[in-house]
Amino acid sequence: MSATAVVHEGPARTPDLELVAMPSVIEVIDLVTHYGSREILHKISLNVRQGEIMVIMGGSGSGKSTLLNTLLGLVRPTSGIVRILGEDLNAISDVERTRLRQKTGVAFQGGALFSSLNVLENIMLPLREHTKLDVQTMRIMARLKMQVVNLAGFENLMPSELSGGMIKRAALARAVVMDPRILFCDEPSAGLDPVVSSAIDDLILTMREAMGMSIVVVTHELESAFKIADRICVLDKGNILMVGSVEEVRGSSNERIQNLLNRRTEAEILDPDEYLKRLTAAND
Amino acid sequence: MRQRFADYMDRAGRSTIDAMAEFGLGAVLLWQSLFWIVMGHRRAQPVRINATFERCVEVGIQALPIITLMSVTIGIMLAIQGIYSLRVFGAEDQVVLGVGMSVPREFGPLITGILVAGRTGSSLAARIGTMKINQELDALMVMGVNPIRFIVTPALIAMTIMVPALTFWSEIVMLIGAGWYIGLDLGMSWAAYIDRLREIVTVDDVLHGLKKATLFGIFITLVGVINGALVKGGAEGVGKMTTRSVVLSICAIIVTDMIFAFVATRS
Ligand SMILES: Nc1ncnc2c1ncn2[C@@H]1O[C@H](COP(=O)(O)OP(=O)(O)O)[C@@H](O)[C@H]1O
Ligand SMILES: [Mg+2]
Repeated sequence: MSATAVVHEGPARTPDLELVAMPSVIEVIDLVTHYGSREILHKISLNVRQGEIMVIMGGSGSGKSTLLNTLLGLVRPTSGIVRILGEDLNAISDVERTRLRQKTGVAFQGGALFSSLNVLENIMLPLREHTKLDVQTMRIMARLKMQVVNLAGFENLMPSELSGGMIKRAALARAVVMDPRILFCDEPSAGLDPVVSSAIDDLILTMREAMGMSIVVVTHELESAFKIADRICVLDKGNILMVGSVEEVRGSSNERIQNLLNRRTEAEILDPDEYLKRLTAAND
Repeated sequence: MRQRFADYMDRAGRSTIDAMAEFGLGAVLLWQSLFWIVMGHRRAQPVRINATFERCVEVGIQALPIITLMSVTIGIMLAIQGIYSLRVFGAEDQVVLGVGMSVPREFGPLITGILVAGRTGSSLAARIGTMKINQELDALMVMGVNPIRFIVTPALIAMTIMVPALTFWSEIVMLIGAGWYIGLDLGMSWAAYIDRLREIVTVDDVLHGLKKATLFGIFITLVGVINGALVKGGAEGVGKMTTRSVVLSICAIIVTDMIFAFVATRS
């Protein structure tokens, strides 16, 4: 299926005009990130508005995970500013950062569920750690979120007993159990078959409708990006090629974007010297 | 040739720096754990009693069978060897002296330390390594849950309590094992054996052993946690660092033990 054949599905989008007036929940200004001496992100700037779904798209190795980890405060940028809900992530105190993190939720690529806890306990964990609610109330809240992600009835299973799609659902439920203002999803469709992956996309749209949060999704799947995005940020080799609506990205005349859309990737490197050089560079 | 040597020195230099970095990491871990014990409540992130209790059961209670079995065996072995050596001087009944002086000071802490390193140190490294590659540590951090407070501190508390406790148990079992064999071989009664032990073993000896055991518990935890946190790559990386953690903590135990013995016998 070619990229242009993808049609709009799911709930209607909020018109862009309305979004423009919305304040930013995430502001990234001139962000530079290094791994060792290797510069991965080159002076990136980006805004995510209240209530929108921003998809960060790019080929493998383009720096998507690095950008996400910087937004999450897991990787410290060399320079530049990351402001989450108006607060400078790298300038605030530990206590303030902990408080800020209660207003954001993250669904990791592999789920990152705690293997020693069952599904319900996993989803309850943020509540346990950050609220003084009694266990009954926490159970009810966690169960409600499990219903939202269609996992009702699976409370007592251990993560190792779940299928790939169920793990993603549980991870989403855990990410939103504190009703965050911002939800981050890393590669929600990676490793899933198309049907399950499409269901997860629907779920992300449903959660935005139901909870009205801003959502940042990192993905390399075009179909998924086009289906859920209000705006797409196209990342390539650590640079932002463009930020725009689905139509704008599709209609772009930029050659690299067209290559990405048509899945024309760079020729695989088969020169051993060149390959080894890259390997050592990556390991520095 | 000269280039080779320079390369070698360079690599040796780098691994020295890495080793120093790991020492530093251990100090930071210890400091952070203490911080969370003291400050956790004020930061609304208390160290969980439940988690600590679970770790205690895992480290202590579940290790009892193997510790008991090994200790009784070593007690008997010490008695056999002691009697055999002392027979040369016709001083077999002095075996109680040997047993009483070596068990609380040396064999109890050492055997317990080595067993706990193999059992708990390795599982700690494996657990943390697996959590790292599954991004569970990242998940904790972005949830605003400090992983040191959540994982390391309970383990550290459990080890500081349970390793000395296990050591004390191991010493009693070793002395019983030795007493049983001495009774069998030399016909010494339990009452005579215990009387003789009470003359020989001082409170200081026992405390010396328990202090060492506490230190071993802390070392094993820190080495396990650091190796787990340094895991790279997939399951293979976890296996590698798990093995490394056992080897390193046993080395740390034996070297510390030697230093303790040297200092204690001088003063
Ligand atoms: N922990 C790391 N250490 C060193 N280099 C890394 C690390 N993680 C990623 N990289 C490098 O950074 C670049 C971007 O990687 P990443 O952000 O994971 O891209 P993506 O998620 O888009 O595939 C890649 O070239 C990768 O080799
Ligand atoms: Mg990635």
